[in-house]
Amino acid sequence: MTSTVKKDEAHVVFRGVDKTYDGKTMVVRDLDLHVERGEFFTLLGPSGSGKTTCLMMLAGFEASTSGEITIDGRPVHNLPPRKRGIGMVFQNYALFPNMTVGQNLSFPLEVRGIPASDRAERVRRTLAMVRLEGMENRRPGELSGGQQQRVAIARALVFEPSLVLMDEPLGALDRRLREELQFEIRNIQQELGLTVVYVTHDQQEAMAMSTRVAVFHRGQVQQIATPEVLYEEPEREFVARFIGDNNILRGHVLSADEGQCIVDTPGGEVKAFPVYRCRPGEKVALAIRPERVGLAQPRTYSNEFEVDLRDILFVGDHLRMRVKVCGNSNFIIKLPNIAGHGAVLKGDRVRIGWGIMDCRALPDEE
Amino acid sequence: MAQSLRGARIRAAALTLPLVIFITVTFFVPLGSMLTRSFHSPQVADALPRTLALLEDWDGQSGPQEETFRTLGEEFRSLAKQRKLGGVATRINRLESGMRSTILKTARKLRRDQPESWREAMVAADEAWGEAGTWRALRRAGERFTLQHYLNALDLDRDDAGRIVTQPPERRIYLPLLWRTLVVSLAITVICLVLGYPVAYLIANSSPARSNLLLLLVLLPFWTSLLVRTTSWIVLLQNQGVVNDLLVAIGILGDDGRIAMVYNMTGTLIAMTQILLPFMILPLFAVMRTVSPQHLRAASSLGATFRQGFLRVYWPQTLPGVAAGSLLVFILSIGYYITPALVGGRTGQLISNMIAYHMQQSLNWGLAAALGVILLATVGLFYFVYDRLVGIEGMRFS
Repeated sequence: MTSTVKKDEAHVVFRGVDKTYDGKTMVVRDLDLHVERGEFFTLLGPSGSGKTTCLMMLAGFEASTSGEITIDGRPVHNLPPRKRGIGMVFQNYALFPNMTVGQNLSFPLEVRGIPASDRAERVRRTLAMVRLEGMENRRPGELSGGQQQRVAIARALVFEPSLVLMDEPLGALDRRLREELQFEIRNIQQELGLTVVYVTHDQQEAMAMSTRVAVFHRGQVQQIATPEVLYEEPEREFVARFIGDNNILRGHVLSADEGQCIVDTPGGEVKAFPVYRCRPGEKVALAIRPERVGLAQPRTYSNEFEVDLRDILFVGDHLRMRVKVCGNSNFIIKLPNIAGHGAVLKGDRVRIGWGIMDCRALPDEE
Repeated sequence: MAQSLRGARIRAAALTLPLVIFITVTFFVPLGSMLTRSFHSPQVADALPRTLALLEDWDGQSGPQEETFRTLGEEFRSLAKQRKLGGVATRINRLESGMRSTILKTARKLRRDQPESWREAMVAADEAWGEAGTWRALRRAGERFTLQHYLNALDLDRDDAGRIVTQPPERRIYLPLLWRTLVVSLAITVICLVLGYPVAYLIANSSPARSNLLLLLVLLPFWTSLLVRTTSWIVLLQNQGVVNDLLVAIGILGDDGRIAMVYNMTGTLIAMTQILLPFMILPLFAVMRTVSPQHLRAASSLGATFRQGFLRVYWPQTLPGVAAGSLLVFILSIGYYITPALVGGRTGQLISNMIAYHMQQSLNWGLAAALGVILLATVGLFYFVYDRLVGIEGMRFS
């Protein structure tokens, strides 16, 4: 605990962090993260992927097995949660039911010894920020789920921490409320210049809110990138499958050049863009976004196939089709609902195609 | 439709009928008849109807008429023939000590002869008959409905003028005993809370497997009879018992310095605390199970020390369990009988032991009933106060 605060260092750093409960199963393995000041950083992954454990280690409720975690350049291993000065929003709000909303917000100020005269004003100001003016005397039990969530956020902000952790804060709310609060949390974060570390299993939420996202799978980070990069340029098969929809084709590399490889699939050869240096004979997974596949006149795309239309669904703004191609009998195509597509029917034989850059060759993880 | 629903409801209610009858016959009727005895004692009135009728017109100051003496003498004589006089004399004696021997002596003297003057004969047999107080006591003993048992139970009495006065300090028994019972019950409740709270917390916050095991251990004592548990404490605590032996063996006590831990108040406290502990732990556990462990984490993430988090966040949320457990233990211990009877010795007796004494030894059921009513009222009073302070409705037992 002798190191000093280095201003140029990232706000939160995980360096080679491992976590195991039983000594055998690694819940988190060799984790490296840098969260910059003012960033909205999301830990995204399915349940059991280790993201919540990371958050708990950062908050101080779990100890890392090895590695180092620093906040403002200071290692926090020996710092109890109350001394880390982190605002935390819990999964089920964790509002104190025996206190009013005002007392809930006042609590962190009281334990910090802030005089009563200042407390009331700060509570009022913070409640206004989450648009709950005048709710001081209500009990948490009398509030709706959305209001309780706002109180929980206000309570995590009222003592003005610069780092706020949120553990699936919107998980219990319905979709409309969730989307509304996504905007609000994002606005508050930017207004106050907060560093937020956010945990969710909802990839749309992660995409909508984050500056950067770390995708977790089985205790390991698969990729850390902005939402756009994660969507457009996944580097791992898991990321490709987890973020948005992707069709996966499997096959062996026939030849590989810089920027292009040819892959042998059960339905023929496919030209793809390799994201890593793959070698002939290697198994790869090809990821193709449904909306990047088109119905084609001959020789429009680098990859074209004649297929039977197995299903076609009208989904309002787009049409959703299912075909069998290159060994994948569940290949989805999304076509925008614009003039010209009404002509195809179930059972028709159609020509589909996609470009090289929309077909990424990833290491096969199966 | 409504008719068939009503029929179904009646049939459902009819299923509980056996229980209702059982409870009525085995609980409410005996309890009611017992409690009635505390203020209704017709035995003397039934035994001496004519004398009491004459005494009704008496002014209570001068000596009664010759006719009254004669009637009483004859009634004594006929009671003696029916061998009922002893019981009646005992009852009267409870109101006016010394009356039993007076009556029996007089009846013996009057057995055969037909005296000229009944008054002279009876006063000759016992001078007490010459005093107005004796007759007043007789008249009081003849009341069918009386508060005398309650007066006795509250260490009160009537003086010669019939005013209610407190007994002299050396003759006060029941109020000090009731007070002691309340203090001991309160002490047991507090000890149970202090001992049980951490245990309940541990059970509520352990993994399911461990929580089940701990709960089993808490319930384990119920598998053995109360009597066995209580006598085990005698084995452990007595002068040559396990605990004293151990303390002597490791040199904390000298062999002549063994502590008297049983057959006194200490024994009652230790044994009752152990026996009543589950009744504190279970309601506490039931409430703690519903308090999210997130709350303590949230408190510490907000900057609170464990102490602050516990006192401001956790403890208030467990109050319904504290209330339920405390009330349960307090009420159970205030009426506890068997354990103080076995390990309490002379100083560790509680009010219920006194009730049992009057039921089984002195056979003064009226007084026993009055003490029972007072005990019941005390519990009711505490319940009421408690309801006002804590609120019974918010309380959870399981």
